[in-house]
Amino acid sequence: MSKKYDAIIIGGGHNGLINAAYLAKAGKEVLVLEKRHVLGGAAVSEEIFPGFTFSVCSYVVSLFRPHIIRELNLAKHGYDIIPMDASFQPLPDDDYGLCRWGDGSRSRREIARFSKKDSEVYGEFSKVMTHMAKLAKEVIDHPAPDVASINPKELASLLRMGKVFKNLGPEMLQMNTKLLTMSSADFLDLWFESEVLKGPMAVSGIIGTFLGVRSPGTAYVLLHHYMGELDGAFRSWGFSKGGTGGVSDACASAAKSFGAEIRTNVNVAHVKIKNGKATGVVLANGDEIDSKIVVSNLDPNRTYLKMIGEDNLSPNITTEIKRFKMRGSSGKVNFALSGVPNFCKKREGLDHMKGDIAVVPNVDYVEKAYDQAKYGEFSERPYINIVVPSLTDPTLAPPGKHVMSCFVQYAPFDIKEGAEHWPKLAEKFGDAVQNTIKEYVPDIDSLVEHRQVVTPWDLQETFGLTEGNIFQGELTLEQLLFQRPISGYAKYKTPIDNLWMSGSGTHPGGGIMGSGGELSAKSILKERVI
Amino acid sequence: MPLPTPFHPRTSELNHNLDWKDWGGYFAANSYDVVNDFEYYAFRHSAGLVDVTPLFKYRVTGNDASLFLSRLIVKDISKLKLNQATYCCWCDDRGMVIDDGTVMRFGENEYFVTAADPSYSWFSRLIKKLDVHIEDLTDTHCALALQGPTSRDILKNMCNADLDSLKFFWTTSANGDGFEFKISRTGYTGDLGYELWAKNEDALKLFDAVWSAGQNYNIRMSGIAALDIARIEAGLVMNGVDYHSALHALTPAQMSTPYELGLGWTVNLEREPFMGQKALKAENKNGSRWGTVGIDINWPDLEALFKKHGLPPHTDPGAWRHSVPIYDRDDLSKQIGYATSGTWSPALKKNIAMATLEIDYVKPGTEVNFEVMVEHHRETVRAIVGKPQFFNPERKRSILNK
Repeated sequence: MSKKYDAIIIGGGHNGLINAAYLAKAGKEVLVLEKRHVLGGAAVSEEIFPGFTFSVCSYVVSLFRPHIIRELNLAKHGYDIIPMDASFQPLPDDDYGLCRWGDGSRSRREIARFSKKDSEVYGEFSKVMTHMAKLAKEVIDHPAPDVASINPKELASLLRMGKVFKNLGPEMLQMNTKLLTMSSADFLDLWFESEVLKGPMAVSGIIGTFLGVRSPGTAYVLLHHYMGELDGAFRSWGFSKGGTGGVSDACASAAKSFGAEIRTNVNVAHVKIKNGKATGVVLANGDEIDSKIVVSNLDPNRTYLKMIGEDNLSPNITTEIKRFKMRGSSGKVNFALSGVPNFCKKREGLDHMKGDIAVVPNVDYVEKAYDQAKYGEFSERPYINIVVPSLTDPTLAPPGKHVMSCFVQYAPFDIKEGAEHWPKLAEKFGDAVQNTIKEYVPDIDSLVEHRQVVTPWDLQETFGLTEGNIFQGELTLEQLLFQRPISGYAKYKTPIDNLWMSGSGTHPGGGIMGSGGELSAKSILKERVI
Repeated sequence: MPLPTPFHPRTSELNHNLDWKDWGGYFAANSYDVVNDFEYYAFRHSAGLVDVTPLFKYRVTGNDASLFLSRLIVKDISKLKLNQATYCCWCDDRGMVIDDGTVMRFGENEYFVTAADPSYSWFSRLIKKLDVHIEDLTDTHCALALQGPTSRDILKNMCNADLDSLKFFWTTSANGDGFEFKISRTGYTGDLGYELWAKNEDALKLFDAVWSAGQNYNIRMSGIAALDIARIEAGLVMNGVDYHSALHALTPAQMSTPYELGLGWTVNLEREPFMGQKALKAENKNGSRWGTVGIDINWPDLEALFKKHGLPPHTDPGAWRHSVPIYDRDDLSKQIGYATSGTWSPALKKNIAMATLEIDYVKPGTEVNFEVMVEHHRETVRAIVGKPQFFNPERKRSILNK
């Protein structure tokens, strides 16, 4: 191996590609290594069955930072998001369900069927969340300041954040405290009375965490998901054209245009470490590639325990990283369908099907689903977040046919039979999902042409997400900001010199945001280590 | 997806311009014709008919209805007499206006309230242990505004009510041919005019009766665009345009008190507690931050600016609703407020606007600078501060049977 790179990025997920793009744009020699045959990590589109293209894992986009799109010129490279208008909640005993729309008056009328008060409070709630999301954005667009440090730079950064908080005013500060400490169900109780309306709203607080809607701290995750809905310019959730892999492809194309080299089917065994310094990577086939720095886009667990290895870490750090909660709690079931799976035939047209469909008839339903998961079973009647993106983007399926993507929670990684038994349980899990859907779409069985079940085990084994956690580590308060992934190493650095991190396991966390990749690259460039 | 109002079968037939907008979740005609000046002139010279069904409408009943509304609203509603109506606003506990509307007393314990925003939730929060029942009539009752000098004659020809003695801001029950409705001498044009309130099932009967009686009096359908010109001439503020509801405002700077909106006259301070009383008392004592004024924008100044570009003077057709900066008379770098809506006033032949100014500038006669865009160039013209109410004809309050 003759060529020496400035940076090698391990993992071609969207954050890794963004990291590479920023570094390459700054004139650095960059190499991205991806284990799989496709780029994107969990933001990937694959034609699993002939003619049917799936967003295999992550399936909607909204949190992606607009300035990254501008700075990397991603639109030119194919970044294309189609907004979703509706959010539909089918109900078993009410065949009309509840649909929330971009049209405020229309949503008000829909909600008023369940609670007149709630229908009007909905706007007030959005207002408060706008405030909160505004604050959150100040936080997510910068590396997290270290509260324990007395470095003037850190203090200045803290001061800047303090100012943002101060400008909120006392009312919103109190709200912020509630948001950080309460459960998502309790938080919603401050506003709403309808258990039906609260159902789909509350689940935003538990996505990707092994907690219930009544577990304290889940209100924050609710905000994390709300930010996308409220971004001034990019206000709604949307589908990436061609599936979420489209986002990754755009990032890869941008990176290449700046000169980055990207290789797939390359399995990195570990980081090459000499005298406590990263000097390159060692591949599974024994080859070595040298570089000035290495950026791991893998989750904290894999980065520390596999790429670095316990031998190179102090016992304290090993313990801390092992305590970093991964706890996968969800799976995906992707269906190839011969027709439209109409969740509400009472409604005219299919507009209610063109956004997300939340199978969560009320708050108790999802708490009961969690009860089962707590003791190592997947939920017999899980919360399912469904999208049929082919209704919006017909290129995903053959004419008249559809792809239906189901995010399913709970599916605990640590199933009572043992995580390694997941492959045997996969089809049973798929059946539970299909049977749940059957309560709303009686003819679902006859529509199914193919089914792909992605269990937490698959998320770990195929996609490299330890324990199948979709956020590379839960988004709970103790794992955020200057403690993501562990305190002291929250600024994209690791205990190994010249080894950096860029994935969702770093600040600010999960979702297709791109922040980890961007902020990491900017930190690297700022420190002039290459 | 807005809904059609119960009048839609008629209004859609008469709308030659297909110009609809969303008003509170209903289709509302913005204009009925490409050239829509006549829809405004009807208000001032004959009668304009506006479908105002989308107004939020509530029936408040119960033994404590008077007490409840007096606590909710800055005006002492318990003083309202049977069949009397009043214009008013209501605030949060900081004295910041949530909405404005009309309250009518239809019985000892029965009131009818109109509002610009959905208000059921806010009202309900204040019921507490009172014996009060709120019924939302928005989707079950319809409303027409018939405004203009010939409106009284039209109504006299289609119902039995004694309109010659009905005073400004009073109401009466009326019978048409096979249907009942309520008439209030109220409106949003500052002219002689009435609003008619009926059950949805009587909508078309009511419409047809008014329309047919109006044929000899040059009745016209008028849209929201025409109404906007008339309400600015009359100095009537609009929620969401000239101010923002405290429930929706994102920052304190976006909120307003009744005094700041020129609605101080609706506040009855010295009485049993009501929402915002403490804050409003303090403001009444210490003074306000802002004031709402009307400004008369200097026409010769504007003419001169256009002349510079070799053009005749030009104004937007109809009313506008956007923020325009206003500066100090002598210091163009000092912004002292902003206009929120304005129009060329066909009645006064003046270029007028409604504006929010720092309190030091609200004295009538104060000269300020108003920003205008002339041929892509940012310029200023002089404007004179006055009361928001530019137009107030005697006929608005006149009674024929004294």
